[in-house]
Amino acid sequence: MTASRHRRAGMIRSYAVTGGDAPGTRAGLDAATLLVADPGRPLTGLAAQSRRVMDLCLPGALSVSEVAAHLQLPGAIVKVIVAGLVDSGHLAPRAPFVPAASPYSADFLMKVLKALEKL
Amino acid sequence: MKSSDRYVPATARPVKVLVLGPFAVGKTTFVRTVSEIRPLSTEERMTQAGQLVDDLRDLRGKDTTTVAMDFGRLTLSPEIVLYLFGAPGQPRFHGMVRSLMDGALGGLVLVDTRRIDASFDAMNLLEEARLPHVVAVNHFDGSPRYRDAELRDSLSLDDQPLVSMDARRAGSAKHGLIALVQHILDHHRRLEHAR
Repeated sequence: MTASRHRRAGMIRSYAVTGGDAPGTRAGLDAATLLVADPGRPLTGLAAQSRRVMDLCLPGALSVSEVAAHLQLPGAIVKVIVAGLVDSGHLAPRAPFVPAASPYSADFLMKVLKALEKL
Repeated sequence: MKSSDRYVPATARPVKVLVLGPFAVGKTTFVRTVSEIRPLSTEERMTQAGQLVDDLRDLRGKDTTTVAMDFGRLTLSPEIVLYLFGAPGQPRFHGMVRSLMDGALGGLVLVDTRRIDASFDAMNLLEEARLPHVVAVNHFDGSPRYRDAELRDSLSLDDQPLVSMDARRAGSAKHGLIALVQHILDHHRRLEHAR
């Protein structure tokens, strides 16, 4: 597949890059959602853009926005590709922390504060 | 760049913080100063059309504006990685800013004392979304200095934190983030206490 070569020339429409997938998991993906790849999942059969995302994410964790920036793809497109990889178990998403009414939240905020003060 | 620098600890929880404020207030500088990675951005030269819209009073030396968004990253510990998103200030980007607020811990509103009122827009957006925020005065060379009480009055701040900083210096810029997290923690504890 030569999608990446054509994409630079502006030949490929966005829906073709994502394989025309409909949103599912996508709605829950934030720009700051951290993606952790499962090295045990086979990469065979993945579409070229999904494969590029996996190649980038397998060596370590990155956010959705970083994946978009490194692959030079719009965030909305990356969310569609990533959602497919989450659904297939290739990527595990970790949503950004938002305080909830729990002792865990206070502990976590305290850790953030201490770490910032130590900088 | 070492390949290990590219990635964050797989055990980390991301925390999203927005950096808001008007055109040329120092959002990009702030993100660049705090970030451990070269900020990933989509800054482009401003167009003729943009120049008609954007306010260029006393802003010589600034010939580009952020037209999409830029972000930086700061790994605080194996458990915490901070993502800072500099959101464009112009009203035509409000929709994008609103969607960025989703999932954010809070926001930092940057203020330039030469045009305090230009930051009201960002403050209003955050208040509408009920997202905790801190107002951070970014001091520029030659910008007027006011006493905190005067600034609080001009900004109509009640008990919200107000900090002064220099977005170009890491040691100073981090005070904005500390004030924000402290503010959220205080608020959280008050809620816990009231329960």
